[in-house]
Amino acid sequence: MAKIAIFDYGAGNLYSLKSALERNGAESVEIIYDLKDLEKFDGLVLPGVGNFDPAIRSIEGSAQRLGKAIDSGMPVMGICLGMEMLFDRSEEGELEGLKILNGDVVLLPKDKVKIPHMGWNNLHIKGDSRLLKGVRDNSWVYFVHSYRAVPNDRKLVVASSDYGVSVPAVIERDNLIGVQFHPEKSGDVGALMIKNFIEICDNETK
Amino acid sequence: MTLAKRIIPCLDVDNGRVVKGVNFAQVKDAGDPVELAKKYSEHGADELVFLDITASQQERDTMKGVVRSVASVIDIPFTVGGGIRKLDDARDILLSGADKVSINTAAVKNPELVTQLMSIFGKQCVVLAIDAKRNYDGAKSKTMFKERGKKFWFEVRIYGGKEGTGLDAIKWAKEVERRGAGEILLTSIDADGTENGYDIDLTKAICNSVRVPVIASGGCGSARHMLDVFERTDVDAALAASIFHYEKSTVDKVKKYLKRSGVRIRI
Repeated sequence: MAKIAIFDYGAGNLYSLKSALERNGAESVEIIYDLKDLEKFDGLVLPGVGNFDPAIRSIEGSAQRLGKAIDSGMPVMGICLGMEMLFDRSEEGELEGLKILNGDVVLLPKDKVKIPHMGWNNLHIKGDSRLLKGVRDNSWVYFVHSYRAVPNDRKLVVASSDYGVSVPAVIERDNLIGVQFHPEKSGDVGALMIKNFIEICDNETK
Repeated sequence: MTLAKRIIPCLDVDNGRVVKGVNFAQVKDAGDPVELAKKYSEHGADELVFLDITASQQERDTMKGVVRSVASVIDIPFTVGGGIRKLDDARDILLSGADKVSINTAAVKNPELVTQLMSIFGKQCVVLAIDAKRNYDGAKSKTMFKERGKKFWFEVRIYGGKEGTGLDAIKWAKEVERRGAGEILLTSIDADGTENGYDIDLTKAICNSVRVPVIASGGCGSARHMLDVFERTDVDAALAASIFHYEKSTVDKVKKYLKRSGVRIRI
């Protein structure tokens, strides 16, 4: 049974995410404010609320710990901003990113589409993914964001969505998962992904 | 054109119960908000809107409890509006688990509030509700419309439609967009409760004036009305209450019908 931690950048509503993890089979879900006691948990979620610089400021003191936890195989899921932070830099902020994934985060094409990209869009599944186990191609998921990730290694992108440009929607590297949309707001399909994430965490504890 | 058109059941909440009014008056009890939220979400609603229609101080706390209970059972986004007068009211609601807050009267009284909310919580959290009504009194510098030979303009009304503001709804929509509203929830007071269909003139005019998403509200009596508003305007979402509360139709039936009719719908 997986004990999950949600890191709080101090930017607001984590209640929906916490409830979603609890509803979908986590043994316990704790909101944490630093990464000192990460070994108590089987998985970590970096949530998707707030702005790039304040979020980076709140986590940069713990960046090394986070890097070590990921290297040791701890399942980590970054949602929206929580994924964008893992990259080298973002056009949303001045500060450097966590540099755990290589690549940039750039603004969506503002001349072509309304920003933010807010609403339900289709997932195009491109590769094998543990997060997407049982998820059908073209499933609908709920997005709210203005930036997109551009990983140097395009093979990490296992699903994308079209919004004026191909938007990486799911990124996976071993136990590190990034999602641009909000699984906790994506109905049954999102719930299935959260169950899959919890299962990945469960497997690590065995 | 890649996002799905959203179908949004609206729940007017009075002291912890869902109610339905006609032309902004006359209220009937329609059920428990948490149960209805769960039902709509299971039937495929894309989003929900809760409007706290009484909002005395004591009932605000009741609403926070409702928001928390709703957030723990549903897995789609939801907006809460009604009685949000200041930043702290918005913060309370967002921290209780709502994804967005909608503001109306408070934005007219203090437009700076829109800017403040946006800078703290982000554009995506701020929905501007505009209640508009035809005004046939000649007025200077208003966007004029004509229907059966009579000229009118759309006036923004506040306090649940009870009070006029002299503001032109088209101009107001542009202003709140400039101030950082992420979305406009547009209610036609003329159409609300009639179940004769959305106000196409109003919806079209607002959609053509702003680039933020617009939700059409007021007047929906059937799935056909939703098709009509999606075909005749660029609106992003259609909101309805009574057709769902009294089980005249269900969200999944409405969505199947719209999909068959060629609308991009999440099913």
